[in-house]
Amino acid sequence: MVFSFDLLINAIVSGILIGAFYAAVTAGVSMSFGILDIVNIAHPAFIIVGSYIAYIVNIHLGLDPIIVAIIATPAFYALGAGIYQIYYVSFEKRGQESLRGLAFFFGLLFITEVLLILVFGVDYRYVEAPYIGMTWHIGFVDVPLRILVPCLVSLAMVALLQLLLTRTFVGRAIMAVAQDQLALKLMAVDPIRIKRIAFGISIATASLAGAFLIIIQPVEPSVGREYIGRVFAICVLGGMGSLPGTLVAAMLVGIVESLTSTFYGPSWAPAVSFGFLLLTLAVRPAGLLGR
Amino acid sequence: MRSDLFLLVCLIVGAAIFGAAFALGNDYYFFAGYVVLQYVVLSTAWNILGGYCGYVNFGSAAFFALGAYSTVAMYKLAPLPIPVLVIIGGIVSGIVGLCMGYLTLRLRGAFFAIATLALAVVLQTFVVNWGFVGGSRGAYIIRPEAIWPFGAYIRYLFLIMMLLAIGAITVARLIERSRLGYGFATIRDDELAAEASGVPTLRLKLIATTISGALMGMAGAPFPYYIGFLQPSSAFGLDYAVNSIAMPLIGGTTSWVGPLIGAILLGSLQQIATVTISSAVNLLIVGLLLVGFVIVAPNGIIGLVHKYIQHRPVGGVGRRRVEADATGHVP
Amino acid sequence: MTAAAAELLAVDNLGKRFGGFVALDNISLSVRRGERVGLIGPNGSGKSTLVNCICGTLQNEAGSVTFDGHPLNGASAHQRTRRGLSRTFQLPRPFASLSLADNLRIPLVYTVASRGARQSGQAIEGRCVELLREVGLDAKAKNLPRDLTQVEMRKLELARAMAAEPKLLIADESMAGLTHSEVEEILALLMRLNAQGVTIILIEHIMRAVMSFSQRLVVLVSGRKIADGDPNVVVRDPEVERAYLGQ
Repeated sequence: MVFSFDLLINAIVSGILIGAFYAAVTAGVSMSFGILDIVNIAHPAFIIVGSYIAYIVNIHLGLDPIIVAIIATPAFYALGAGIYQIYYVSFEKRGQESLRGLAFFFGLLFITEVLLILVFGVDYRYVEAPYIGMTWHIGFVDVPLRILVPCLVSLAMVALLQLLLTRTFVGRAIMAVAQDQLALKLMAVDPIRIKRIAFGISIATASLAGAFLIIIQPVEPSVGREYIGRVFAICVLGGMGSLPGTLVAAMLVGIVESLTSTFYGPSWAPAVSFGFLLLTLAVRPAGLLGR
Repeated sequence: MRSDLFLLVCLIVGAAIFGAAFALGNDYYFFAGYVVLQYVVLSTAWNILGGYCGYVNFGSAAFFALGAYSTVAMYKLAPLPIPVLVIIGGIVSGIVGLCMGYLTLRLRGAFFAIATLALAVVLQTFVVNWGFVGGSRGAYIIRPEAIWPFGAYIRYLFLIMMLLAIGAITVARLIERSRLGYGFATIRDDELAAEASGVPTLRLKLIATTISGALMGMAGAPFPYYIGFLQPSSAFGLDYAVNSIAMPLIGGTTSWVGPLIGAILLGSLQQIATVTISSAVNLLIVGLLLVGFVIVAPNGIIGLVHKYIQHRPVGGVGRRRVEADATGHVP
Repeated sequence: MTAAAAELLAVDNLGKRFGGFVALDNISLSVRRGERVGLIGPNGSGKSTLVNCICGTLQNEAGSVTFDGHPLNGASAHQRTRRGLSRTFQLPRPFASLSLADNLRIPLVYTVASRGARQSGQAIEGRCVELLREVGLDAKAKNLPRDLTQVEMRKLELARAMAAEPKLLIADESMAGLTHSEVEEILALLMRLNAQGVTIILIEHIMRAVMSFSQRLVVLVSGRKIADGDPNVVVRDPEVERAYLGQ
């Protein structure tokens, strides 16, 4: 283990950049789990689907992956709304969400991964874009553009989402549905419709997150698995449903992972976020900026 | 049926199956049968915590792998007979189950489920980085060619797994019919009301996690001998997690019969599919069946049979009345 | 009996907050053995929160609860039930997958059994049916709770609380939605229980029932206790009238 100041600063910068990306990945789960109380552990699978869609269009038409993702967003939204409808009718209404609802999403996670393997195989796929491969050198700090660009767009996406939740009627209805369904009904707003919209938005973010992912690193179907723990760790740590909290927690996890990877080796990295999760659950389930 | 009689019946059936496999003359049946029996243990174990108590464990693979790796560790230290290894595997996994339960069972079911996922990954990372048991390179277990009086070693392994499967369903059945089983049901139905009625929910949940973990560890203990070369990716494989959830949910979570049916049906299906189609399609089928059953037939095959026989829907989860035994005593 | 021994439940300066919201503000209450206490207050005044804190479903941040001479702070809900504290839930919470008889079996085998002699299977079965008969549900002993009407579920809730053989029973709105004669039925049941030595705290909105039942009336408004005494005196208290009855 060689300790050098350069290495440390680079690791921290890298962690911050990746952290912003993690926030984008987690934003969807902050909505589905943090606000709606739906344990969608299949979320990473949808992100990977987003990655592959970006990959296909990028390879055949040469479009920038992020543009592809933005175009694909309505389809993902519809998918999310549809899945919520099934979830609601089959589980929430019957009060079965704790066992069977969980198993449902677990099954979806599995099916998605296996389908991707059958269609695309297990080879790593990557996209091409002008900024991938470029690195800015600021002093001794290296900032690869393939990480910086998704990082910046991630921040924009999270900020947009926060504005949506706090400034629009739909957004505030979503925040309210978590706390007081009766009040919503009294305002002639259908809580189920609101939840459907919210879940749709949650899956829509997966489209963008998928594009970010495949820009940052090559993707193959099982990559989603390492994100399951990360995403829930960050969501819980960030206080369940608070987007600012999610951002802070994501950066924290990003930095610690980066430091661990740099100084102890990458094979320990998966343990970091999952370990964070276990620790948080054991010690302070309300998270850092707890609700 | 009284429990000792049940055990006797199981042993007779088990002996008959063993004899039949012997008579067929092809060792392949022992190899395939071992896997199916392994799944009987895993899904029965999962169901004790998942079906009876309502707490979903996504990390079955972790407990299974703990059993396998404690065998590997013992193999490097001192060779021991497999039944002893099974007990060691059970103890190790049971203790880990207890500790993890103590950390996470005070949380809601959803958090517990996520924590089990996290545990599986953390454990896998530790094992991958632990050179003593081979790490990511894997570990070789030299399996004896033959053992008296069974002949091929696989037959001995099959027998052990058969006994474990019988043990698992006997334990599950005993729990169902006891005060413990009722307690588990109240935890599943309404934990708050259970506490208010005097049920020590944390203690019961810890018991469930420990028994469940221990059984899974026991199922994993002989695995290195079965497979000969153990890698973390195979021990911690996601197919163990999916199957141990899918089999009880498809078979039916209300009683010991469900996981048994689910394991036999799904396990056999997968053995056939892996040979004829690819193993990826095989897993796809499991996933589709899981999602399908959970949406359409939430009470599993047991539920469907009940519906068909009695022409009326089974309640949320049907329960049998505890029968007083001959002395009028409720066990 | 000394004054201390006569006191069954002592709530001292109990406080409970949810974030910034003060649900219970410095509540003190004393209940004597064998007493019949009525607890009233507008919706949201903290009655159920108080019950939850006394019974251990929620943990209070300030103050203490002493039951039968034992301090309860930190004790889990099931430990309190085993000590003799029993309650019904405002919204009934039956065990959905168990039959009615089995619903009552739970407190019998987990609470009553923990206090002493083991009962035979026959005795347990018999007691379950007996309790169901007291609330008029014995015909449905083998049914599941989902076959019950709302009113029958409240009766089941009460029977389950009684099955735990409590020293103190807190009945949280057990009479909501009942007809006049059903209310009388439940009142008679509670009076019988009280005659057998069970201390009872009755939380109700049906004033007629509360007045005829209670020896003492406690009024909760916005998390604070504003009256505690003879029912006839309390209902004439101007503050109580203003806060609660003047509607």
